[in-house]
Amino acid sequence: MSEDPLLLYTLRLADTALINGHRLSEWCGHAPVLEEELALANLALDLIGQARALYAYAGEIEGKGQGEDAFAYLRDVTAYRNLLMVERPNGDFAMTILRQFLLSAFMHPFWETMAGSTDATLSAIAAKAVKEIAYHLRHCGEWTVRLGDGTAESHRRMEEALAEEWPYTGELFETDEVERGLIASGVAVDPATLKGRFDATIDRVLGEATLARPRDGWMQTGGRHGRHSEHLGHVLAELQYLQRTYPGATW
Amino acid sequence: MPDRESHKIEEGAARDGKTRALRVRALAALAHVHDPEIPVLTITDLGILREVRIEGESVEAVITPTYSGCPAMNMIAVEADLALERAGFSNRKITTVLSPAWTTDWMSDEGRAKLLKYGIAPPAHSSSRGVLFGKEALRCPHCGSAEVERISEFGSTACKALWRCKACREPFDQFKCI
Repeated sequence: MSEDPLLLYTLRLADTALINGHRLSEWCGHAPVLEEELALANLALDLIGQARALYAYAGEIEGKGQGEDAFAYLRDVTAYRNLLMVERPNGDFAMTILRQFLLSAFMHPFWETMAGSTDATLSAIAAKAVKEIAYHLRHCGEWTVRLGDGTAESHRRMEEALAEEWPYTGELFETDEVERGLIASGVAVDPATLKGRFDATIDRVLGEATLARPRDGWMQTGGRHGRHSEHLGHVLAELQYLQRTYPGATW
Repeated sequence: MPDRESHKIEEGAARDGKTRALRVRALAALAHVHDPEIPVLTITDLGILREVRIEGESVEAVITPTYSGCPAMNMIAVEADLALERAGFSNRKITTVLSPAWTTDWMSDEGRAKLLKYGIAPPAHSSSRGVLFGKEALRCPHCGSAEVERISEFGSTACKALWRCKACREPFDQFKCI
């Protein structure tokens, strides 16, 4: 895989959006109520739309004529650069909502800042994404409150979800050599600058949800460097099945 | 010399006139392209048709998606291309741009009126709103009551939310403000 910093950076964003969208789409036909069925599918649609725009841009940066499908369907697990959080199995509704809330609380200020990127394409993608993520954050934030401050059972499940998901939030704030140059030139967002807003959102919503914020302990890491959990292979097996079985198939 | 100058100017004016006429023809054709998911609205009503450029005999229509994942975009591009073909343009191009990002503020007043008549609450005029727990004021498109409640932030398409009227008890869609 090429180490062109901008390509890698774009793929990290694209892969996170795609895998997140794919996982959410797995709720189709399984959500607890019809309205949530529609909501989760809509979230997935936004994320897959964002992934498509990012993959198309990755293809331009790479300049080898690869389209969005080649990136999504023809790369193996170790070439994927998504956050570990998004490849985890959905779990129950509480787990999915809590995870999406944590991620949206980060992605909302992230895209808002990215809209001011010196890279015109990333800026354009961000300006659309931020409006969509605003809805995701609101929806998942409201559900976090409803479930956290709900029944004893829903509260217990949210507590469990929070304990399980929290160690995956460290990866949101990681940076490496690849990104530092892009941050310096105003292309990439320095996640450290988002910490205050992330914390404020988390504290406000968890407070209303009567959930205690976990202490930052040991954090999971690896996805952004291609080191994944076993779960991603299973996601790709399904996501890539058609193109692997019928190479080049189109609508 | 003066003769040749005036000839040039006349030629330029004729070309400008022709370009204008082609542009009017292209715009008229594109004004009949409907959103496949909300068929009462055209791409002009929605404000997703951003620009029409005429270069000689060829035409380029620039469109922008409402949402990143809007599945209607491919269909709209195909329909726009067909509309221009029917209007006699043999050299056509449909370009999709992301920037500036589409906002419901670009929806025309005519479009808002059509939505309301169709039973969908149109988006509020300003797209600025608090991200978390923001309140919004809207009325039931059926009976006009302000006694409404949101059922879900997400509806049958990416651009709509689901509401219910407490006065007439009818459910309705709202075109979300972005």
